[in-house]
Amino acid sequence: MSAELITASPGEVAVAHAYAAPPAQWRLLLRKPTFLVGAAILLFWVVCAVFGHLIAPYDPLAQQLLAKNAAPSGAHWFGTDSLGRDVLSRVIAGARDILTIAPVATLLGAVLGTALGLVMGYFGGIVDVLLSRVVEAVLALPVVIVAFLFIVAVGPSSLTLIIVIGFIFAPLIARTVRTAVLVEGQQDYLSSARLLGERPGYIMIAEILPNVLPVIVVEFTVRLGYAIFAVATLSFLGFGVQQPTPDWGADIAANYGLLGAGYWWETLFPALAIASLVMALNLVTDSIEQVLSS
Amino acid sequence: MLTLYLLRRVLLAIVTLWLLSLIVFLAGQVLPGDPGRAVLGPLASESTVRAYDHQLGVDRPLIVQYLSWVGGLLHGNMGTSYAFRSPVEPFVISALGNSAKLGLLALIVIVPLGIAGGVLAALYSGRFIDRVISLTGLAASTVPEFVSGIVLIIVFAIALKVLPVQASTSPGASFGDQLDHLILPVIPLVLVLFGYIARMARAGTVEALDSDYARTATLKGLPRRTVITRHVLRNSLLPTITVIATQTGYLIGGLVVVEQLFNYQGIGRLVLTAANNKDFPMLEAGVLVVGVVYMVATLIADVLYTTLNPRLRAGVAR
Repeated sequence: MSAELITASPGEVAVAHAYAAPPAQWRLLLRKPTFLVGAAILLFWVVCAVFGHLIAPYDPLAQQLLAKNAAPSGAHWFGTDSLGRDVLSRVIAGARDILTIAPVATLLGAVLGTALGLVMGYFGGIVDVLLSRVVEAVLALPVVIVAFLFIVAVGPSSLTLIIVIGFIFAPLIARTVRTAVLVEGQQDYLSSARLLGERPGYIMIAEILPNVLPVIVVEFTVRLGYAIFAVATLSFLGFGVQQPTPDWGADIAANYGLLGAGYWWETLFPALAIASLVMALNLVTDSIEQVLSS
Repeated sequence: MLTLYLLRRVLLAIVTLWLLSLIVFLAGQVLPGDPGRAVLGPLASESTVRAYDHQLGVDRPLIVQYLSWVGGLLHGNMGTSYAFRSPVEPFVISALGNSAKLGLLALIVIVPLGIAGGVLAALYSGRFIDRVISLTGLAASTVPEFVSGIVLIIVFAIALKVLPVQASTSPGASFGDQLDHLILPVIPLVLVLFGYIARMARAGTVEALDSDYARTATLKGLPRRTVITRHVLRNSLLPTITVIATQTGYLIGGLVVVEQLFNYQGIGRLVLTAANNKDFPMLEAGVLVVGVVYMVATLIADVLYTTLNPRLRAGVAR
């Protein structure tokens, strides 16, 4: 009961509407200002992630020990950090890290969750009961604790973050997919496929999957927001990419101790970068859901 | 029949707790390999590491180690910290107290605020106020606590200099002084939870407003105010209030981050520091305590939800 309430996401609400999405609705989306603003900011960060090292005015790793903790100026728009590295360049280059880890982790969760949800929903019975108990057990523990223990045991790295977040998302996504598969299970085309003697694996992948794909896409966009939240937070706690690689969360962790000394620019700009990214993503997700449910 | 449900629920919590103890033990003592090596570092000689391992008792068979650890826990002995060479209980207890202060303060602020926001949004459903509250809630809940925390520190502690940067006070500080130090750390927690609680309150109120009994009350001539306070809110807020208890999981996650950012000696920071120091007994004790708190909160939420909701009560009995 409680687990369902905790994790009931807007995605699950949109699931029912995701089935019927005529092209007209996508044109409607392009006319929504919230969508356009969100998409523009997202696009900006994606460009930074891909071409960051070309756009950045300085080498994000280059230290200038004579210009440590310099306030924002004409030469360094966002100032320099405690090692004299250009903050603007590190913010631009830092987009790559979070925009790689979060989508890959979400994709891992979506693939695992879809497989699990298809099996649970298609076979039902004892398979469903057993797997549902496993899903409930994972959801019964606080997510932070699970992530914490795993990372402590395995050691911090980008790969660890991807695996931890992917595995935590998998049962959540599995539950949504399972519900969608159960709805599909009553359709005639499935009985005909069974009567034709198709193998379960073929039916699940070739017949059911294309029909529940919209649900998975909505679920993916919603989870991506959570993934960015999680990646940023775990990086801030020191569990992600290690210095000197530019990373918004890790850079904030490395410099927030200097806030008391008045060096605000070293943490404010990476913080604003994270805030703009998550808000942009949610503007996009929210617009998609509104259009789908209108 | 309700007692049977409660009994089953408590048993389930105990099983989950046992599972948690196994996971914590495996993660803390088995996966890192050699605790002696982990604590003493790569330069220590093989014989020193072996002697240290023997002293810690980690060279015994796993099952013996697990049983003695759990046996100790049942006697209230949580182990000895590697880093401080003293029992971990005093650290855990004081950290738990600090976290409770921060967490409870956050709940005291967020519950009325979230409910008021949600009810307001529902009453003006589909209109401008609703859109503003829903979008603000959504935006606030997606920004990680340390990000909003950084912005708050820069604005209120650095630029305006009206509030302290750090959350911890000197021992024996007055209540007002402590409260002063906790204002900034509480806000990021409130921001993240506001959207969720407001959304629950809004959904419950919209449903109740749309119900047959609300329509009947309106049609028999009751003023709108009476319909809302006597008929709608009573039905819509009950689930919302119980749902809040299930948010402890998020709150605990938020505490880890906020305590680290504001340098506050709570349970989250204790666990994080222990993890970085490879202080496994402290880590295990901290994680287990967090797990127990979370489980008790979820249990209370479930029981409240079932006992207070007559329809569910009937469902359980059947």
